[in-house]
Amino acid sequence: MIRFIVRRIVAAFFVMIAVTIITFLLLAATGNQAARLAGKNATQQQIHQIAAQYGLDKPIYVQYVKTMKNIFTGKAYSYTQNINVLQEVKHDYPATLSLAFGAGIIWLGLSVLFGTLAAVYAGRTTDRVLTILSMAGVSFPPFFLGAIFLYFLGYKLGWFPLGGYVGLSDPWQWFKHLVLPWITLSILFIGFYSRVLRSTILDNTNEDYVRTAHAKGLTDGQVLRRHTLRNSMIPIISLWGLDMGQLLGGAAILTDSVFNLQGVGQLAATAIANLDVITIMVIVILTAFAVVLLSAIVDILYAVLDPRIRLA
Amino acid sequence: MAAADTAGTSFSDAVSGSYDSDAQDLPPGVGPWKLAWRRLRRNKVALFFGFIFVLLVVVCLLAPVYAHDIAHTSPNAEAGLTATVKVGGKVKPVVNSIGIPIGPTWHAKYFFGADINGRDTAVRLLYGGRNSLEIGAVATIITMVLATFFGVLAGFYRGWWDAVITRFADVIWAYPAVLLGITLGTVFATGGIGPIHGTFLLAPAIVVGIVYIPYVLKPVRAQVLQLREREFIDAARQQGLSSTQIMFRELLPNISSTIVVFMPLILANAILLEAGLSYLGAGVQPPNPSWGTMIAEGLQPLPAAFSNVLVPGFMLVIAVMSVNIFGDGVRDALDPRAKVRIAR
Repeated sequence: MIRFIVRRIVAAFFVMIAVTIITFLLLAATGNQAARLAGKNATQQQIHQIAAQYGLDKPIYVQYVKTMKNIFTGKAYSYTQNINVLQEVKHDYPATLSLAFGAGIIWLGLSVLFGTLAAVYAGRTTDRVLTILSMAGVSFPPFFLGAIFLYFLGYKLGWFPLGGYVGLSDPWQWFKHLVLPWITLSILFIGFYSRVLRSTILDNTNEDYVRTAHAKGLTDGQVLRRHTLRNSMIPIISLWGLDMGQLLGGAAILTDSVFNLQGVGQLAATAIANLDVITIMVIVILTAFAVVLLSAIVDILYAVLDPRIRLA
Repeated sequence: MAAADTAGTSFSDAVSGSYDSDAQDLPPGVGPWKLAWRRLRRNKVALFFGFIFVLLVVVCLLAPVYAHDIAHTSPNAEAGLTATVKVGGKVKPVVNSIGIPIGPTWHAKYFFGADINGRDTAVRLLYGGRNSLEIGAVATIITMVLATFFGVLAGFYRGWWDAVITRFADVIWAYPAVLLGITLGTVFATGGIGPIHGTFLLAPAIVVGIVYIPYVLKPVRAQVLQLREREFIDAARQQGLSSTQIMFRELLPNISSTIVVFMPLILANAILLEAGLSYLGAGVQPPNPSWGTMIAEGLQPLPAAFSNVLVPGFMLVIAVMSVNIFGDGVRDALDPRAKVRIAR
């Protein structure tokens, strides 16, 4: 067991290093950074000056070590805005956190409900309707759905504010500003999760342990609650862990920016518009780390819960 | 253009080719593809949405015809400030004095209205659809080819090949799809890598194609790992087939159903991701239209003309949804444990 955990952590560590190297190479080593920062009409001398100022004239591995040192000691400054990127991320983090957890709870709850209903009524009208709905759900891009909500429920009917984020110090406003983003983000996941749960439950219904439970004289509902559903929840929970990891790292870029929530995702979107490579680098590395860590945790938890996995 | 066609229809082509309509008394050993096609044929909903998608592809491919012969304009042609259009006998400005464009006229010119630059929305919708579908199709081909190739290699040779390929897939996997897409898209848009540059229309296809590789590579590799232990591979080796021959002649046909199941799924996600990237400015670069850029442009003055958001948005949703539902039907048809049926 210990060997498995150590192996998994070492693997995660190497993936993280690879992530930093690849992200750096992609963003810092392509194109002529100094020339771009100097502007269109800069002279050759100005470009050299800027390159020297930011250390862009050094060999690439020196730049890599320096950039990573800056990022991990909290001294990464954006080239274009001259602001501390980590401060910025910290400032935007409450919005990201509120969005991710609120949506996470909604989509987990509703997808368990819909997935179970679809499995119980498999092949009948309820299942058909839920299937079509979930197909529609996964086909709506969040920025389009968000725009529809904002226009009709916000602008036309005036029921909700037109985007923006209000801190938790005013809970009612916080809630009102987040309802639409939560729904928008959840719809994407509900469709997918309820499909996964439905097929896992249906797979499990043919298992021996379910037949045994029926043979013991349990009712259908009892078998579902005590046996089938519990086992079918395992893949759902691990998916949830991974998706939350992405969202906590700021991956809800589209939802974040269409609702102007000023979270980490929107920070990334703005950074793209300004071609602010350091900010993009920090957010990409942060998110990738969150994903790598959570997938390692999920794997280890699996191995703890189910000894068969360790042998594989 | 041809590419956009293939991804959506290759499955039905491949299958209908082997289907023999007057063979009523089929021998007991019916091929798996024939069985799958029979199941798919019974699934009217999936067929209907497959048809819708093909229809969309055809309509978008006809964009130049519509632009040239019906709307008499081109996708990037901006109407001047004083331009007017005649609607139902009344002359109206295309973009009025406070910058609000004309809404849908339901006539040949400005059928879906104009955008704030006075460009014909319907024309841009078709050209944008062509770009979106083309990028989606090329991205799907890139993903499927690379993922299958490397997945088979990793699963067949194991050892070092497997270690290197799986680690690479893990690294790509570690990036959330949209973030990796943005990073690559930004790289292409700023400096470019080698000859590939952001202004190159298919650059987003390469980005999207790379992002989805691990999602197909992992299942392909897992399946090859299982298959290579089976007797028919031993038999092939005893007959003196080389590794390459075993991979292409023995393994590839056996994983083809997995590949077919993944194709619509990747296509739908590729179209969605391209739209997301273009919405954020890291995909198709203006003035070229795509459904994603059109939604972003339509949102600029939010209250001005919401139809400019709704029209490309719903086209996008219909395209993605029809691929998804058709793909679901294909999966049900190819899945030996076809799940819906156990309830009856």
